[in-house]
Amino acid sequence: MVCVEDRVRRDAFSIAVATGVYAISFGVLSVAAGFSVAQTCVMSVAAFTGASQFMFVSVIGAGGSAAAALPPAVLLAARNGIYALSLGAVLRRGPWQRALDAHGVIDESTAMAHAQRDPVLRRRGFVLTAVGIFVCWNLGTLGGALAGEVLGDPKALGMDAIFPAVFLALLVPQVRTRGALAAAVAGAAIAIVLLPNAPAGVPVMASALAALPLLLRRGGAT
Amino acid sequence: MSWTAVLLLCGAAYALKLVGAVAAGRVEGGGTASGRLDLLVVPVIAGLIAVQVLGDGKDVVLDARVPALLVAAVLVWRKAPLLLIVVAAAATAALLRAAGL
Repeated sequence: MVCVEDRVRRDAFSIAVATGVYAISFGVLSVAAGFSVAQTCVMSVAAFTGASQFMFVSVIGAGGSAAAALPPAVLLAARNGIYALSLGAVLRRGPWQRALDAHGVIDESTAMAHAQRDPVLRRRGFVLTAVGIFVCWNLGTLGGALAGEVLGDPKALGMDAIFPAVFLALLVPQVRTRGALAAAVAGAAIAIVLLPNAPAGVPVMASALAALPLLLRRGGAT
Repeated sequence: MSWTAVLLLCGAAYALKLVGAVAAGRVEGGGTASGRLDLLVVPVIAGLIAVQVLGDGKDVVLDARVPALLVAAVLVWRKAPLLLIVVAAAATAALLRAAGL
């Protein structure tokens, strides 16, 4: 168990560092789009959901209004609600504790929690990933916002290939049954089919529909 | 840039997390659905991977991210440490792009 716990800690650390590097490019992009350093940092502290933040500052950086930038950014944030729904047993029960834990619900902390089998390790994976990313995401944001163009193009560094790899590594341990595999494949298919046609954020959220057959069947069986 | 827009984004993002967290607390202990909502995550993460690997705005494209994910898949299958998987995926994409892909 000690060994597994070490692995959880190491994995959370790796993800946090990778996220921190990504946060630098968020800071740079946000200031370039016209946000102040303070506004950029408030977003990373209080919104704390990378995809939405990138969408928000990208639309505004491209000349869009706040009214045009908010809806897609909020849609991208909506999947965190689905994640929180799935983390009922991982988040603490007290109202204030749950409200605090809710802030840590993002792609990475959710995937990390569900990649563990043991309930104690699930909680540990969630907390270590959420706290680690919170620290690195905000430090990176501040650094990028202050320093400007210090980092090269994230794409040239292959940064955009990191997160799919991380999520794949965290998804595989969760696919333990044929039903789960089918749900994963169907979820990916739904997202890709919807991508060209639906507003940003909707394709990934709609992937959740692929869990319905599992939910209905298991619900009846247990 | 207006603070109103920034604070609206922050408020909405947190509210969405909180709604899910509170709803999860209600459902828990509520019988059949309890403990099964974790199943939602598998297809959503799979959808996220698909969009991150193949998505370019609203377009579906095949580029250096695909071989990078394949390299990652092999390493995941070999149960390599996550750090190695991360570095290998980034390096694959970076090298392929440097080579002009």
